[in-house]
Amino acid sequence: MSTPDTREAAVITGAALALGDDALVLSHRLGEWAGSAPVLEEEVALANIALDLLGQARVLLSQVGDEDELAYLREERSFRNVQLVEQPNGDFAHTIARQLYFSTYQRLLYGQLASGDGPFAGLAAKAVKEVAYHQDHAEQWTLRLGDGTTESHERMRRACDALWKYTGELFQPVEGLDVDHAAMESAWLASVTDVLGRATLTVPEGPRTGAWAAGAGRQGLHTESFGRMIAEMQHLHRSHPGAAW
Amino acid sequence: MTAVTAGTTETTGVPGVSDAAVAAEQAAYEAVFDAAVAADERIEPRDWMPEAYRASLVRQIAQHAHSEIIGMQPEANWITRAPSLRRKAILMAKVQDEAGHGLYLYSAAETLGTSRDELLDKLHSGRQKYSSIFNYPTLTWADVGAIGWLVDGAAITNQVPLCRCSYGPYARAMVRVCKEESFHQRQGYEALLALSRGTEAQHAMAQDAVDRWWWPSLMMFGPPDDESTHTAQAMAWKIKRHSNDELRQRFVDIAVPQAEALGLTLPDPDLRWNEERGHYDFGPIDWAEFWDVLKGNGPCNDQRLSTRRQAHEDGAWVREAAAAHAEKHKHTGKHGEAQA
Repeated sequence: MSTPDTREAAVITGAALALGDDALVLSHRLGEWAGSAPVLEEEVALANIALDLLGQARVLLSQVGDEDELAYLREERSFRNVQLVEQPNGDFAHTIARQLYFSTYQRLLYGQLASGDGPFAGLAAKAVKEVAYHQDHAEQWTLRLGDGTTESHERMRRACDALWKYTGELFQPVEGLDVDHAAMESAWLASVTDVLGRATLTVPEGPRTGAWAAGAGRQGLHTESFGRMIAEMQHLHRSHPGAAW
Repeated sequence: MTAVTAGTTETTGVPGVSDAAVAAEQAAYEAVFDAAVAADERIEPRDWMPEAYRASLVRQIAQHAHSEIIGMQPEANWITRAPSLRRKAILMAKVQDEAGHGLYLYSAAETLGTSRDELLDKLHSGRQKYSSIFNYPTLTWADVGAIGWLVDGAAITNQVPLCRCSYGPYARAMVRVCKEESFHQRQGYEALLALSRGTEAQHAMAQDAVDRWWWPSLMMFGPPDDESTHTAQAMAWKIKRHSNDELRQRFVDIAVPQAEALGLTLPDPDLRWNEERGHYDFGPIDWAEFWDVLKGNGPCNDQRLSTRRQAHEDGAWVREAAAAHAEKHKHTGKHGEAQA
């Protein structure tokens, strides 16, 4: 039996892991773009966003324990990130759609956390400024691609559709996060609907959760590509147990 | 430069303007240019400059810019495998800086009347080169540290004098680049030091990386002085301030004590202090390998260029979309508000 204090600590730890893993995993995916972006300015922008997210991840994971042990020595079933952030980069439109959905969520989330006095208020106050840039970047590119050429419109439409089923998970309540998930969800839908409309795109019609997707990532149930991603991420660290870098 | 602002130097066929008059005007411009260079004044984009000076700078700055962006690849190769979150953040920031350096340098080249698209096209078609060092593979994590220490160290040795280069935009770009490069070099050194002082396996990894990167780093200074085709003219124009061999010697003299402090050896049995010269003597460089890599036969030449071309081709639809979007909305200056 846990005492109320340790119970509370465990809840905060769980929430920090959820947020930290989201940032860690998305940062890793964005890092995969290095050297392959469509223009030099995007090399800078994507790396910048990846670095912001990695910075958030490090603060959050350090609240839980040793950041490197947590990043490099947990197995796939112990990661608590939402499935959206682990989705492969795909083409630039898929990366942008993932950024649009996630940064819109993160801005609402950190906005709420920053205005409260919970254990994440300090981090959220700093992160919300970074996330506002990420959201702006994603929106600008959604507009350019959606309302660009026939090809870019089609690619952006496909990307928005393909990732739609991972967006419901964002609003599954996370214990320890003192936010109004329902209000966040409606604000998220309104914001995304507005951007997609301005980008001459329509809001995807399918369900926002798959049969497995509701709350799955938060419970350590991930998609297949995730295992390969962390195999690559962890391989060197795991090959030298106990080494310092 | 307080020189004559460039006017036309071509024969326009205007009645009353003889070729002799044009030649005299040309000579006057050249005299002003030569005097400015002699007085260590900066040449600026609107100033008159000899065509060969312009072409030489475009070649050098473009090659420098290309090196920054091709140079992202060997390091980006380890971003997803960096062994700690701190090292991962440092490496991502570094690769991001390199993209930024590429941007400054393409902008500096553009002041000479070329365009980034044109230069990228020359890179992709193999008509312009990048530093031969980036044709070597990064086989272990320690290579990232070795690149920071040796490759960035060599680059800084080359680039610090360029901060006083006669062409203003290039010199100013170099000031910004050198600040960031020095930071990267210290981080690379520190990463190697952690390995050298780490486990036996980590130490061996660091030594192996230094063994593989030492000679290619010395080759970064270019061919020996007696085989360097551009050096004499570049020095006369004060684009370059020191010869290849001088800079190479300076680098060796700095690197040897650093290697000792790292607890690593350098793979050169002939390396020893020469009291008389006040410099380190070092063994012969394998120039056959240098020329071979330069000709395209290094371990990664094909891979580096095809990765770059692929990124460019894969990104074409994105750039077209951005251009189409800008065209649609150029009158509003805003996204998503089509002109009525």
